[in-house]
Amino acid sequence: MATARTPADLTAGTRGGIGESVLRPDGTLKVTGEFAYASDLWHEDMLWGFTLRSPHAHARILSADVSAALATPGVYAVLTHDDLPAATRYGLEIQDTPVLADGVVRYHGEPVALVAADHPETARRAAARIRIAYEELPVVHDEESATAPGAPLLHPARDDSHAAHVPHPNVVHRQPVVRGDVAAARARAAAVVTGDYEVGMQDQAFLGPESGLAVPAEDGGVDLYIATQWLHADLRQIAPVLGLPEDKVRMTLSGVGGAFGGREDLSMQAHACLLALRTGKPVKMVYNRFESFFGHVHRHPARLHYEHGASSDGRLLYVKARILLDGGAYASSSPAVVGNAASLAVGPYVVDHVDVEALALYTNNPPCGAMRGFGAVQACFAYEAQMDRLADRLGLDPVEFRQRNAMAQGAVMPTGQVVDAPAPVAELLRRVKARPLPPERPWETAGGGPDIRALPGGLSNTTHGEGVVRGVGYAVGIKNVGFSEGFDDYSTARVRLEVTAGQPVATVHTAMAEVGQGGVTVHAQIARTELGVTRVVLQPADTRVGSAGSTSASRQTYVTGGAVRHACRAVREKVLALGRARFGAYHPAWAHAGLLLEGGKVTTDAGEVLAGLAEVLEDEAVDVECEWRHRPTEPFDLRTGRGNGHVQYSFAAHRAVVDVDTELGLVKVVELACAQDVGKAMNPLAVTGQIQGGTTQGLGLAVMEEIVVSADGLVRNPSFTDYLIPTILDTPAIPVDILELADEHAPYGLRGAGEAPTLSATPAVVAAIRAATGLPLGRVPVRPEHLTGT
Amino acid sequence: MRTPSDDPVRPIEKRTPMEFLRPGSWEEALAAKAEHPAAVPIAGGTDVMVEINFDQRRPEHLLDLNRIGDLYEWETEGDEIRLGASVPYTRIMEELRAELPGLALAAHTVGSPQIRNRGGVGGNLGAASPAGDSHPPLLAAGAQVEAASVRGTRLIPAEEFYTGVKRNALAPDELIRAVRIARADGPQQFSKVGTRNAMVIAVCAFSLALHPRTRTVRTGIGSAAPTPVRARAAEDFLTAALDEGGCWESGRPLPPSAARQFAELAAGACNPIDDVRGSARYRRHAVAVMARRTLGWTWDAYRGGERGERCA
Repeated sequence: MATARTPADLTAGTRGGIGESVLRPDGTLKVTGEFAYASDLWHEDMLWGFTLRSPHAHARILSADVSAALATPGVYAVLTHDDLPAATRYGLEIQDTPVLADGVVRYHGEPVALVAADHPETARRAAARIRIAYEELPVVHDEESATAPGAPLLHPARDDSHAAHVPHPNVVHRQPVVRGDVAAARARAAAVVTGDYEVGMQDQAFLGPESGLAVPAEDGGVDLYIATQWLHADLRQIAPVLGLPEDKVRMTLSGVGGAFGGREDLSMQAHACLLALRTGKPVKMVYNRFESFFGHVHRHPARLHYEHGASSDGRLLYVKARILLDGGAYASSSPAVVGNAASLAVGPYVVDHVDVEALALYTNNPPCGAMRGFGAVQACFAYEAQMDRLADRLGLDPVEFRQRNAMAQGAVMPTGQVVDAPAPVAELLRRVKARPLPPERPWETAGGGPDIRALPGGLSNTTHGEGVVRGVGYAVGIKNVGFSEGFDDYSTARVRLEVTAGQPVATVHTAMAEVGQGGVTVHAQIARTELGVTRVVLQPADTRVGSAGSTSASRQTYVTGGAVRHACRAVREKVLALGRARFGAYHPAWAHAGLLLEGGKVTTDAGEVLAGLAEVLEDEAVDVECEWRHRPTEPFDLRTGRGNGHVQYSFAAHRAVVDVDTELGLVKVVELACAQDVGKAMNPLAVTGQIQGGTTQGLGLAVMEEIVVSADGLVRNPSFTDYLIPTILDTPAIPVDILELADEHAPYGLRGAGEAPTLSATPAVVAAIRAATGLPLGRVPVRPEHLTGT
Repeated sequence: MRTPSDDPVRPIEKRTPMEFLRPGSWEEALAAKAEHPAAVPIAGGTDVMVEINFDQRRPEHLLDLNRIGDLYEWETEGDEIRLGASVPYTRIMEELRAELPGLALAAHTVGSPQIRNRGGVGGNLGAASPAGDSHPPLLAAGAQVEAASVRGTRLIPAEEFYTGVKRNALAPDELIRAVRIARADGPQQFSKVGTRNAMVIAVCAFSLALHPRTRTVRTGIGSAAPTPVRARAAEDFLTAALDEGGCWESGRPLPPSAARQFAELAAGACNPIDDVRGSARYRRHAVAVMARRTLGWTWDAYRGGERGERCA
């Protein structure tokens, strides 16, 4: 008897399908140092581009003299704003970013001029000979200086879509979310806590710096090989700058060494193309680590004020919050970050009365935009600290208090959106709490001497156990998946099935940027599952195929994965139609619905083989390109924040166990356990890696990662010597507990997984440090000075 | 017009090439340094190459010391270790734990394994950064820097070697041949505060050496003053306290008040700054904590009769 078969069952017939821990094709190459990154690109006769950047955070350019640079032997071109051939500004959401500074520099490190030379050293030295006369201007560096009467306006002639509703021209965007009656709820509250919180400026710190190679073409166009997160968004911004139609700008993804949001905005893309078109030669640009800190946007630093009220039985009554984000000199994706911070401001809890305001400023600080967690990270740090304080005030266990207020499927967000997929918030907390605690005093050895690697300070030998206190903390977070607020968030996939050397081979072509997330592995798994073939060839990502959207917002497995599945299914229907035409007369089962492709054959759903794919296809290739969309979203109302703004929600919870040297203020995170619902683990090994990586990035924000900007807007630590990211000795055991509660709206029931773990790791670690020290700790990263009162 | 024309009268500027000197022997190296006093010596390159790569330094001559095998050797001369300037930190950790426990502990905190495989004490001394990890244990051990030139060889006591921020007492024609360090006659310790648990530049550091033979103690502080410094008042206090109490003979536990005072005096020896790595107040505070703890560890080791063999 035939039974209905789900795609999961299909993997049994074809190895390497979804749900298996298929190894990534780039893994071994990356570990052994053989993977070719964009910085390894080379072209015969190529030139090297170099960017001259502003030494000031805010200054007028009085004059620019490039003659000495041009006179340098080996120099082929020097470009300033005056040399730009077409559009002079670009931007992801608002076109406010100059390609090269246009008479004013607005942040430290802003590109001012470009040099192309036959050697990178020559280009750098020639750039040093460009004479720019600056007149320094007053620096806007916080809310007070940005909105004071007479404050300098960063963009006085704004005509973007937010300009009309912002309270001040130095506010990029403001989004309120109001629901219920906070004043009435406050009157009923048995416990009220208020708190001020601050999040420092985190950097994506991807390992492969910005790089690419632009090659001028005979047709007057240009071919750009580039490390990016979204080829088509780059294309949309580059082509107008070059004054070329989009079909004359051909882009191919090169090896990408991490992104985390930092490659959403343009860096050297347009610059390399401009130099290539000017000189008629291929131009390569590679930032070094120092320049990379100036070459991409960072995570918005934030100041957050929260007020929570609860009833005596531990029910959240209301949340009032103000989230102030520093967007820096240009808009980047600040408006969307504001939307996220506002709509996710109360966390994964049921709250009937909400009054939230989130806004982003224009300042002369470094531009901030996308980074893993995207506005939800900052909010999560604050609301989870508030939840601990409120639990403490009520005399409740912090996990129990969270569970009492945890949202579940069917809950209503402050925006009015109903959460119509599983939301196992209480269960995630239960799982991390139920896990056995790691042993106390892990540094003690049988031999007697301490293993200093297990102590705060590690190899620096600062304690042998003196002053060390353990703490445990919990946190849970909520992140949206996919682009929100009405954005047409589609992806495109082209799938071809043909017989090569007697074997069916599927070819998958998308423009998805593989930035390390493992998308190419998953696409091959989907093709195997859907088409029942073993051999899958992945075409390089480029602009010959339609947009895949951005590799961000935890969306690629969902959206481009969905597009690949959709294209595969269209291919399958065509194959079956071919089969029916060829063999339908010989077997009645060809007329049935529900035929499958499995193991290189067409089978009935009962498993009867009807024909081999080679017989069906013969020398014909079935080729389909199609777009796929998730269900649409709506913008948030500008006054109330109401709207079904998000596609899907993603949840993770952490338990942090830390040992703190309370005298020196040094922290060793001992364990950082995570439980996360991923809907469907398409590749369990890759999902575990995503969760561990996101967790570690959250740990970094908790205890060390911060770009320090002085009050005059200058970046003080643009190097890996002083911008610290966790080493393996800072990275604890990260046990991962994966739930798979299917979201019926998503392909295979999957849930975007990449960002949620970055949210709750930070507040969990800080909660554990608070538990160890008794200190309030309202700011991350927590520094030794905060723990020692120095 | 911003693209250079091919105008034949355009002046061709002379590029300044960097000359790479590769002496095959120590004598050749000294001769080269005498001929080019501004030449920058390079051994492991872990410091010099960073500066060159970021264009912070553009010497006309680089003096490569990698072909001089003697610099990679250490030997025992009586009670002294003569440590070649280029002996990498990894070998100090592995081969000299018993003889130079303070320096071996400090070596373990330098950079990453790759850096420790390349870098040595000579480079640390040449750069004379206040944050160099080897300085505090060299001060605490009473090391002497063997400086050589075509004019001859002289020994510079470590505390006279550091003359300012990234400045040292070497004459322009001198190279560091070796460091002479007394073999430990008692327990030694090294602690360093950084804001992560490995691969970190010191926010501040402290080293302590007990010298039972002379009934003295010596210290070294890193990254808490313009140069590495000794905490002399703390040393004098503790030397006197141990002496007066007959502690060296009795091996009795130190009174907490003595440890506290030692710590306060150590903090008093600091003259730190606020910078992106840490506040001046924190540095003072941390030096006091490290002084107190390292005193406890070394004194316990002395009382336990381990006499410098225990180093972690």
